[in-house]
Amino acid sequence: MFHRIQSITYMKSYLFSLLLLIGMQGIFAQDDLLDLLDAEEEPRTDYTIATFKTVRIINGHSIEMPAPGVMQMIISHRFGRLNGGLYELYGLDQANIRIGLEQGITPWLTIGAGRSNIKKTYDGFVKWKLLRQSTGARKMPVTLAGQSTAAVNTLRTASLGLTIPEENFKRAYRYSYVHQLLIARKFSERLSVQIMPTLVHRNLVPTAAESNVVLAGGIGGRIKLTRSLTLNAEYYYVLPDQLSDEFRNYLGVGIDIETGGHVFQLVFSNTRSMTDNLFLTETDGDWLAGDIHFGFNVMRVFTTANKWTQKYQGKF
Amino acid sequence: MKSIVFALLFLGFFGSLSAQRMISKTGHVWFVSETGLETIEAHNYQVGTVMDASNGNLAFQALMRSFQFKKALMQEHFNEKYVESDKFPKATFKGQIQDFADLDLSKEGTYDVEVAGDLTIHGVTKAVSTPGKLTVSEAGVQAKAKFTIVLEEYEVDVPALYRSNIAENIDIQVDVTYTK
Repeated sequence: MFHRIQSITYMKSYLFSLLLLIGMQGIFAQDDLLDLLDAEEEPRTDYTIATFKTVRIINGHSIEMPAPGVMQMIISHRFGRLNGGLYELYGLDQANIRIGLEQGITPWLTIGAGRSNIKKTYDGFVKWKLLRQSTGARKMPVTLAGQSTAAVNTLRTASLGLTIPEENFKRAYRYSYVHQLLIARKFSERLSVQIMPTLVHRNLVPTAAESNVVLAGGIGGRIKLTRSLTLNAEYYYVLPDQLSDEFRNYLGVGIDIETGGHVFQLVFSNTRSMTDNLFLTETDGDWLAGDIHFGFNVMRVFTTANKWTQKYQGKF
Repeated sequence: MKSIVFALLFLGFFGSLSAQRMISKTGHVWFVSETGLETIEAHNYQVGTVMDASNGNLAFQALMRSFQFKKALMQEHFNEKYVESDKFPKATFKGQIQDFADLDLSKEGTYDVEVAGDLTIHGVTKAVSTPGKLTVSEAGVQAKAKFTIVLEEYEVDVPALYRSNIAENIDIQVDVTYTK
């Protein structure tokens, strides 16, 4: 009796195995070879691309960097204030310029330099990337980058409003430094947001009331309107009691028009400055009073070292 | 006893599977867009493909993200603006080698074949057919094909501004080897 029960159990399990196999055969042998390929697929990580159209949101850095072996040229103009009226042709009579070059070295390292007519400032920076936003096998919610800029104004002392002779004005007085973290997330195809904790150090400040070290927090973002057009904004809040009263927080809005190799950025902001240390600490326009400067950045890429690009092919 | 039978059945089943279906994950698919102004070329060396040697059924699967361009920015624009890789991560092909019964793939040699099936790019599926070549050697079966697609048919929209840079017709080439 017991023996019989056991064999029934056996039979059941044979039957079950057989059914299972037939079932599996059904799954595997079904005509869809694509499902087979899907099953063969190894887990992969998709790194987020195109968080922003280009390396700047407006004046400040975005987390984007030129690819290795690619040089980015930036030609920026900022005009006078819109409230200058027709007499000043709404600011177009005054033009300020910065020309900058940035070289992508690896997917995570860029160096760059620029020269602006404002205070005859030269700036140089190093920008690096530590984390990349990704989905899939390796998940990362944000991209984390950073940049450090050193800027030097080369105005003669007389133009700085100083009466001391040139040789008594130490070179070190002319330097300012900016250090930033750039933390960005592309929330969707349309929306990217970036926050920028920022520290500025100025070797020399105009009055004792101003601090040499200035702390600020920035937020910026973009909304993609069409695949070639985005609306950008960027705002920096300088913590109180660090600057003299005439200076304000910087706010810029603009659009990016991307045309293959070029990105044209048309911008409105309350600053004339295009170097970080200046727009952070010396922005003097009041948006509500119409102290708005129109300007543009023309961004163009050139391949400078194809070998570097090839070396990192598939890794950016 | 039970497990032995099970194992045998299992082995038999998978044994027959591997004998009939040849898989490669390193297929090479590339495309070229040629206009008077610009030649754009991108290669994908990680195409997954399977051929069923019992009936000549074929399938291909390519990750759009794995197409490599010479220029990084071009690659980004390809993925972001044109094929929208986040929305449509894969291109696939599912089809058959025509008159497969007349072929004898156990003999070494080169065979001209006609392949027909459904090609899906950018979420749009179209019927395509193309001549191809099968080369049977000791190493396995090499399959090659070249065909042309019309971008517009796959709803890949090229703005008027770039029509002189991006061709309307894109040449696609395939070179895969199924090892035995």
